[in-house]
Amino acid sequence: MKTLLYSVPFLLIASSAIAGSCPQWTVGDLVIDAAWSKATIGDARPGIIYFTVTNTGAEADNLTGIATPAAEMPMLHETVVTDGIASMPHAPAIPVPANGSVSLAPGGYHGMLMGLTAALAKGDTFPATLTFERAGTVEIEVAVEALTAREPTCRQDAS
Amino acid sequence: MNLRKIRLALWGAVGLAAIASGALYLQSRQQSSAPAVIGSLQPEFDLPDTNGKQRTSAEFRGKYLLVFFGFTNCPDVCPTTMTEVADVMDALGADAARVQPIFISIDPVRDTELGLGEYVGMFHPSILGLAGSEAQTKAAAESFRIHFSREADPNAPDGYTMSHSPALYLVGPDGEWLRQYGYGTPAAEITQDLQERL
Repeated sequence: MKTLLYSVPFLLIASSAIAGSCPQWTVGDLVIDAAWSKATIGDARPGIIYFTVTNTGAEADNLTGIATPAAEMPMLHETVVTDGIASMPHAPAIPVPANGSVSLAPGGYHGMLMGLTAALAKGDTFPATLTFERAGTVEIEVAVEALTAREPTCRQDAS
Repeated sequence: MNLRKIRLALWGAVGLAAIASGALYLQSRQQSSAPAVIGSLQPEFDLPDTNGKQRTSAEFRGKYLLVFFGFTNCPDVCPTTMTEVADVMDALGADAARVQPIFISIDPVRDTELGLGEYVGMFHPSILGLAGSEAQTKAAAESFRIHFSREADPNAPDGYTMSHSPALYLVGPDGEWLRQYGYGTPAAEITQDLQERL
């Protein structure tokens, strides 16, 4: 049993090193995972942030804000297709269900980075601070992928 | 021939006339208000490309057109769809020569300032970016029967954003409307559909 306990952290470290797991950040019962962005052409068009929030607790929470030095006006949005028309309203509170998760991903919720302070290039990383109604704030590191990426290059853990 | 027979014959003639005029009426009604058959819809555009050269739907006869209406300030829907288009073009291999992907700007003034050619080229070199006047853009959208509108949004860059039909539209080699691929249709599905047609 003792050997098994010792081997658990080793196995975790080993697996993350081999598969290149996405970094994770924890605040309260929430785990933030798979944080990524897309490269931009210059700094005149808005950038984007995607990530996944997993709630291991029995209380639901809401993601209510995003801040980053990468943009003058970062904001949470949701792409909505209604009657065949796509629009992108502000999402003032993105629900994080109890014992569940929410993904900010292409075609749905996302953080829109308006007024980029600099162009985002593939391979860059930048910090972002997320604010949750219950859990509080957490700083994450966002990895910039290619403009044509569909998902982060790191492996997403099914947490 | 007695009077009764004459009366019957006359009533018969009245009946036939009524049927005939009714049929004519129905026929004329059908001709005037019948909805256009999908196969006969010929969507058209007449818009300048990023080199200022006027491009029309007619010059692409013989090719399949994969048409998207979008704007380059759109951070989610448009890049996602352009990425799908790029994947489709790569997956088609040699058949890609018979498919022309086109991005029609619904925000032409700003997109021209920001650089539409550079934007579409980042996704795939084959994508043709078109940005015309307001009237030309409206005419193209109406011809494709799609919707777009500019919406004031104090929180958006330049104080506005665009809402739009996010699908990809397929036009056949004779300029005929074939179908749309709804937003989010995987590239593999579009590729397979195109391969069956090519």
